[in-house]
Amino acid sequence: MAKTAENLKCRECGRTYPLEALFVCDFCFGPLEVAYDYDKIRRRATKERISHGPPSLWRYADFLPVENKPEVDLQAGFTPLIKADRLAAELGLKKVWVKNDTANPTHSFKDRVVSVALQRALELGFDVVACASTGNLANSVAAHAAASGTEAFVFVPANLEIQKIIATAIYGVNVVKVRGNYDDVNRLCTEIASEKEWAFVNVNVRPYYAEGSKTLAYETAEQLGWRAPDKVVVPVASGSLLTKIHKGFGELGEVGLIRKKAPVVCGAQAEGCGPVAAAFKEGLEHVKPVKPDTIAKSLAIGNPADGIYALEVARKTGGVIESVTEQEIVDGIKLLAETTGIFTETAGGVTTAVLAKLAAAGKIYPDEEVVAFITGDGLKTLDAVADTVTTFEIDPVFSQFEEQVLENVIKS
Amino acid sequence: MSVKVRIPSQLRTLTGGEGMIEMDSGTVGAIIMELENLNPGIAERMLDNGELRRFINVYVNGEDIRFDSGLDTEVPDGAEVSIVPAVAGG
Repeated sequence: MAKTAENLKCRECGRTYPLEALFVCDFCFGPLEVAYDYDKIRRRATKERISHGPPSLWRYADFLPVENKPEVDLQAGFTPLIKADRLAAELGLKKVWVKNDTANPTHSFKDRVVSVALQRALELGFDVVACASTGNLANSVAAHAAASGTEAFVFVPANLEIQKIIATAIYGVNVVKVRGNYDDVNRLCTEIASEKEWAFVNVNVRPYYAEGSKTLAYETAEQLGWRAPDKVVVPVASGSLLTKIHKGFGELGEVGLIRKKAPVVCGAQAEGCGPVAAAFKEGLEHVKPVKPDTIAKSLAIGNPADGIYALEVARKTGGVIESVTEQEIVDGIKLLAETTGIFTETAGGVTTAVLAKLAAAGKIYPDEEVVAFITGDGLKTLDAVADTVTTFEIDPVFSQFEEQVLENVIKS
Repeated sequence: MSVKVRIPSQLRTLTGGEGMIEMDSGTVGAIIMELENLNPGIAERMLDNGELRRFINVYVNGEDIRFDSGLDTEVPDGAEVSIVPAVAGG
C-alpha cells in the first residue's frame, strides 16, 4: 500500500515534522496535523477502488495516515446513512439523513479514530496504548487493545456513567478512575505522556487519531452517491470531529470525487458545557474554558483543544454553533428514537436538539438536505432518560389488558 | 520556600532534559521569568506578547490559571505548577 501521508505540519506556524508520535509544535505548541500528497491520493483513490474495498473505514485507507491496513481489527465504520423522513416532517424539513454511528463495534464514532490511532501506534513500535476519555473512547480503546493483544491504560473521570466503566473494564484493561472532571483527566494524561513511552491515542498520537473522523464525511458522500449534503450538524466536544468532517469533504473535492463545494457545518453543544457555542454567539476568536455541568458527559470538555478551529469552520462555511438545555437534550433523544428508531446517547440528543432548534429558527431551510451525525448509542447513558419512559404493568388477566392498556395506548 | 514546576517534554531541550524544576514561590509570571533566567529561550516558547500562548495551559495545584488571575496567579509554597500543551484530548 502506497503511503500518501507526507509529514506532520503545525497548523499555526507551518513548521513540519516527521510522521512520528508528536502532537504539538515544539516551537509554538500549535497542533500538528497530517499533510498528504493529494496528487498521489487522486491517482489511487478512484470510486471503483473504494467501492471494492472492505465494508469498513479501511475502504478509505488511501486517505489515512497509516502504512498498512491492520491485519486484524474490529472493522469500524461504514455505518448506515438513514433517510429520516418522519424526523424531517416533525421538524418541517424535507431531506434529513441520520448518520447512525451507534452501529460501530463499541457503539460510538470513537471506533474510527481508535482504529487509525492504534494501527499507527503499532507501526511506530508502541506496545502500550492509553487514553483520556469521557467514556466512549475508553470503550473503544479497551476493545481494540483486547482485539490486538495490546496492553492498555484507560483514564476516565470517576463519576462517569457506570455503563461506560463496565463496558471498558470488561475487556480486561487497566481502568483508572480519576477523581476530577475530564479536563483534569486530560491534564494528567498529558503529563503522563511526557514521562512514559506509551501511545496516548488522544495525546501524543492525536494527529493520526483525529484523521479517523474524516471517514464520516467520506462515507456520507459515498452513501449519497458521491456528493456532499447542503448542511451537516455535528456534536462538539473538543471540536476535532467537526473540523475533521469538514476536512474530509474538502479532501473529496480536492481529489475530484465530489464537486468542490463544502457543506455548511453546524456544531452542537450542551448549555452546561458550551464554550464553543458561547464564543460563536459572542463573536470571539478564542474559546473561554468553562467548568462542565451537563448530562451530555461525552461532550463535557470545558477546555476544548480544537474549539477555535471548530469556530473557524462554522464561520467560514456559513454555519452556526448552537447549544441546548438539559431538557432539550432529553427531548432530542426521545424525538430521534420515536421518529427514526435510533436510540442515541446524550451527545446525539444534543445533536438532534440543535437540529430541531436550527430548523425552528429558520436556520435550516425546508428544501435543504441536512445530515445529522449521531455518534453514540443510548444504552451508554440510560440514566439520562430512565425517568422519562412509561410502561404498562398488569396481572395476566384479559380485563386488565383491556382496561389498563388498550384505554391508554400511546399513538405513534 | 519552594514550588515544583513540571516541564513538558517539548520544553526539555531547554532544561537539559529536566522534567521537574524546584524554584522560589511567586506569581506564575515571575516563575516563568525565573525559568527564563535559568533556561534562556523558555519564555519565548511560553509567551506571545507577554501573554501565555493560547496552546499552553498552566495549572497551579491542578487549577487552570485562566480560572484564576492568569500570569498574576500566586503560587503558594509547596505548590506544584504544571506546564501542559493544550492541544490534547477529545
